[in-house]
Amino acid sequence: MTQPNRSPGRSVFGSLVLIAVVVGGGAAAFAYTAGWLSPNRLTPDKLVNALAPPTGAALGHRRNHAKGICFTGTFEANGAGSALSRAEVFSRGTYPALGRFNLGTADANAPDATVRVRGMGLRVSTPDGHEWRTAMINAPVFPVSTPQAFYALLLASASKDPDAMKTFAAAHPEFADFAAWNGNGSWTGSYAEERYNSLDSFVVTNSAGADKTVRWSLLPAAQPIAVSPEELAKGGPDVLEQEITERVQRGPISFSLVVTIANPGDPTADPSKAWPEDRRTVDVGTLVVQQIEAEPNGPCRDINFDPTVLPPGIRTSDDPFPAARSAAYAVSYDRRTAEASDYPRTAAVAKP
Amino acid sequence: MIADHKRFSALQRLLHWLMAVCILAMLFIGVGMVSTVMPKYLTLVSIHKPLGIAILILAVIRLVVRLRYGAPSLPADLPEPMKLAAVLSHYALYILMIAMPLIGWAMLSAAAYPVVLFAGVNLPPILPQSDRLHALLWGAHVYLAFVFFALILMHVAAALFHALVRRDGVFDAMAPVPTRKVAPADRKVAAAE
Repeated sequence: MTQPNRSPGRSVFGSLVLIAVVVGGGAAAFAYTAGWLSPNRLTPDKLVNALAPPTGAALGHRRNHAKGICFTGTFEANGAGSALSRAEVFSRGTYPALGRFNLGTADANAPDATVRVRGMGLRVSTPDGHEWRTAMINAPVFPVSTPQAFYALLLASASKDPDAMKTFAAAHPEFADFAAWNGNGSWTGSYAEERYNSLDSFVVTNSAGADKTVRWSLLPAAQPIAVSPEELAKGGPDVLEQEITERVQRGPISFSLVVTIANPGDPTADPSKAWPEDRRTVDVGTLVVQQIEAEPNGPCRDINFDPTVLPPGIRTSDDPFPAARSAAYAVSYDRRTAEASDYPRTAAVAKP
Repeated sequence: MIADHKRFSALQRLLHWLMAVCILAMLFIGVGMVSTVMPKYLTLVSIHKPLGIAILILAVIRLVVRLRYGAPSLPADLPEPMKLAAVLSHYALYILMIAMPLIGWAMLSAAAYPVVLFAGVNLPPILPQSDRLHALLWGAHVYLAFVFFALILMHVAAALFHALVRRDGVFDAMAPVPTRKVAPADRKVAAAE
């Protein structure tokens, strides 16, 4: 190769070394940023991998809250929330809602009576083109304070070491409140009788620009009736799905959406800690569930109920979980949409 | 006007270096955001989307400017395989600069995510919701990002090779400011045209 105009004294070798250093340095910086050089970094992939049961992930399904059933209906805002947030979803009106009742398990075939945590994913769309997505559970507190602790909980519960959970609970005292609820036995026999809590806090901003940190809950209109898991199991593995389908066929069911406002100093960054009972609450409207649809063909199937999809007027707070959930839900979504053939739609099966 | 013809126009150089910063930032943000569950995940995602659209707009402007103004010729004595590599890699870079933002936008559309540009400003979906399209586009977005970064490393290596080893005026054609007085190589380039 010609080296036509090389200055005397400049070493070609030196130049090539410099090029190698620049290119190698660029590649190394990229690898570092990607986490390839940091085996201890908690990545969303690691978190999602840790959710998989010993038998492997349920292909084509959500990696957690894998079993669920779709619903559609409306959110009827009463206008009271406008004082808190300028989001259109709080101004008086009726907006389309899409949601999913689900079980807090990675097993898409778990019998309904075996899963303590029940959840609801919800999306409310408003005419201004914005959406509010939220995913709530019936537990009054989250098990842990940080995403790292949640990862440790997943590892401990999957561990073969008989003392793993004891060790975990000792290292994470905040787990006690959740564990108490988990073992207290107050089960209900219906998705319609549960209270669903955001647990995570968010910041709402009203039209005057005033910020408040809030959590929200959906309170059932139906009276909760205590049922033991043993009794519930007699209804079969899909008892909750059958019950909610039949109940909504008889008539719509509803929930009140109640926003709780933090006082200064409340633990807004820690969903494992309940706020004191006397905090101000505002009933902002009613979720009406009008139709139930099975998931395989249902409209909730390919929706990611990412809790960071928020309309202007609601934003994330200092709570670290919505970001972690968003990152992990995206991984779950990316994986399951690539596995759609493992979770066929019933229509495709019905007509050979 | 030989001097003008040896270098890209000032507008082309400005677009090149501005986009170099944007695209490198974009690739690092992309690979960084998918590797963390920390709150910075949301910050990085909220930069990734508007920056991608900015790159798309800049790339379209740049393509038009390139078609209008052209590019200085490669040195006549550049070996044929290097010429071919230069031409093909530049096609690939232009394709990726335009395709990557469109794939990202389409991927979010197929997943029925709102495509949030800024708080309160959403872009319309450019595809209907589809799990299969989402899976295809997501795979393309991820793998093409690595291809893009590899191409940029090769581009940097080649630029430095021209600047430091061959010293043939190719680097100077895109240098942000003139790097030297007229060198023998420039006379050679001019003579070849």
